[in-house]
Amino acid sequence: MTFVKTKLALEQLDAGARLEVLLVEGEPLENVPKSATQQGYRVLEIKNISEKIYKITIEK
Amino acid sequence: MKKLSIICFSGDFDKTVAVLTMATGAAAVNYEVNLFFTFWGLNIIKSKKGRRFTGKGSLAKCFNFLQGGFENLPMSRLNFLGASPRMMTRLMQKRNVATCRELFKATIDLKVKLYACEMSMNILGTKKEDFIPEVKEVIGVPTFLELSSGGETLFI
Repeated sequence: MTFVKTKLALEQLDAGARLEVLLVEGEPLENVPKSATQQGYRVLEIKNISEKIYKITIEK
Repeated sequence: MKKLSIICFSGDFDKTVAVLTMATGAAAVNYEVNLFFTFWGLNIIKSKKGRRFTGKGSLAKCFNFLQGGFENLPMSRLNFLGASPRMMTRLMQKRNVATCRELFKATIDLKVKLYACEMSMNILGTKKEDFIPEVKEVIGVPTFLELSSGGETLFI
């Protein structure tokens, strides 16, 4: 469901716009960047911001 | 394009969550997704909220009233007279997991194709107008087989 929410948010953006997503480690952190890349989006950054929480930046 | 087709038969709350989770997950990674609502599953896509005497004939009206639409989907086990789906929804919210309603909205937003089963509608005396407008078409088995051909098909 995390990628579903990410995909729906990305669909609202114009090409070139960036989306920041907060993810917990584990399944979401493994799958969201992978699925985004497979769908043709650019994953610009994956940053650990606190214990078990990561912020990823995706460009449409 | 990869394809996933799901026959939504049960109309149970928990199995609907499974259907919608699979459907949205697949649609988000660009699968073509077809949901074929049949028999009890038709209850999921009724347009009117709550218990309504929809359908043609007194027996069909009773069945449709007792099923009660999307807001009254029963749990397949431990339903506790309908309290269990509400408790489960609260638990899902608490655990930050998408609820059945959120999943259904995402299903619509991701343009998953919804179909209603013609034969079940005949039995339950319902018309296309009794269902949400997002229901693309009323179809029978031959059309569903054509739509699902070449992809994965699940029965839930």
